[in-house]
Amino acid sequence: MEAFTDWLGATGASMTIQNVTWIIPSVQSVHILAIAVLLAAVVTIDLRLAGVTRRGPSLAALEMRFLPWFWIALAVLLATGLILVVGEPARELLNWLFYTKLVLVLAVTALTALFQLRVRADDGAWETTAARRAAGRILGGASLLLVAATITAGRWIAYVVV
Amino acid sequence: MEPILLAIENSAVGTAIRQSAWLFPTVETAHVAALALVLSAIGVVDLRLAGVTLRERGVDELMRAVLPGAWVSFVLAAITGAALFASNAVTYAGNPAFQIKVALLLLAGVNMAVFHLGAQRRIAHWDPQTLPPAAARVAGGLSLLLWIGVVFAGRWIGFAA
Repeated sequence: MEAFTDWLGATGASMTIQNVTWIIPSVQSVHILAIAVLLAAVVTIDLRLAGVTRRGPSLAALEMRFLPWFWIALAVLLATGLILVVGEPARELLNWLFYTKLVLVLAVTALTALFQLRVRADDGAWETTAARRAAGRILGGASLLLVAATITAGRWIAYVVV
Repeated sequence: MEPILLAIENSAVGTAIRQSAWLFPTVETAHVAALALVLSAIGVVDLRLAGVTLRERGVDELMRAVLPGAWVSFVLAAITGAALFASNAVTYAGNPAFQIKVALLLLAGVNMAVFHLGAQRRIAHWDPQTLPPAAARVAGGLSLLLWIGVVFAGRWIGFAA
């Protein structure tokens, strides 16, 4: 992996990102803005799933209104994240916390896809019976914890000495 | 100004964060998460005010649902932000990105106050129309731009010498 990060760090694209001083903070800022967009979708739906909020539109309506933003934000996060990896390959790819973050992102994505597929097949998939509501509380709670863990891992990448 | 900043820096909180290896990143993580939450909540309201999205829901109802959470997150962001500032008050106060961030936050506050005392007072007359009046649309758009600026300026603090 070190040979790869050395090679990647010496490419023209990586050199540009390293040498143009405004690129990394700008891309990081867009990354944070995309996290905010993703949170708007995830927190709205997870709080309802977890039973913390009860009023307002149904889960099926929230899914239609908010989840497209989740996927748009995820695409922006992956794109900006990729630019940051190319710009600082050793900081990310030699860092165990970076891989932890990737696993957490995969888990959040899988839970969101599970929620979306089930509610699209059946509007009441997470609400109509006690068992479904219990499953929804577990899903919503797990998703909130995983998102919090992802943000934590992301911020701590900067502090793990590679 | 300098003595006040030094006193903040040498306070118990400032000293503890500066001398600990893990306190700064921990508080910073909470700050970023809280700021992202503030932005997510305010962004939803701003986009609705600007008439961009969620037009099927009334502005007043949406604000009642979303803004309490935004305030809780804002208080958390302000407390963690103050703690981070205390760890290196003199340096941060002289950091141009930090100064811009504070200025943008104040402008966001003024913008909110203007909306609150102006268009929001007449909200019963225009809500739940799908498209709010011009004053409300301007307030929403301005708020969104200012908060995006807060994120950029905040991220730049670590890069501006």
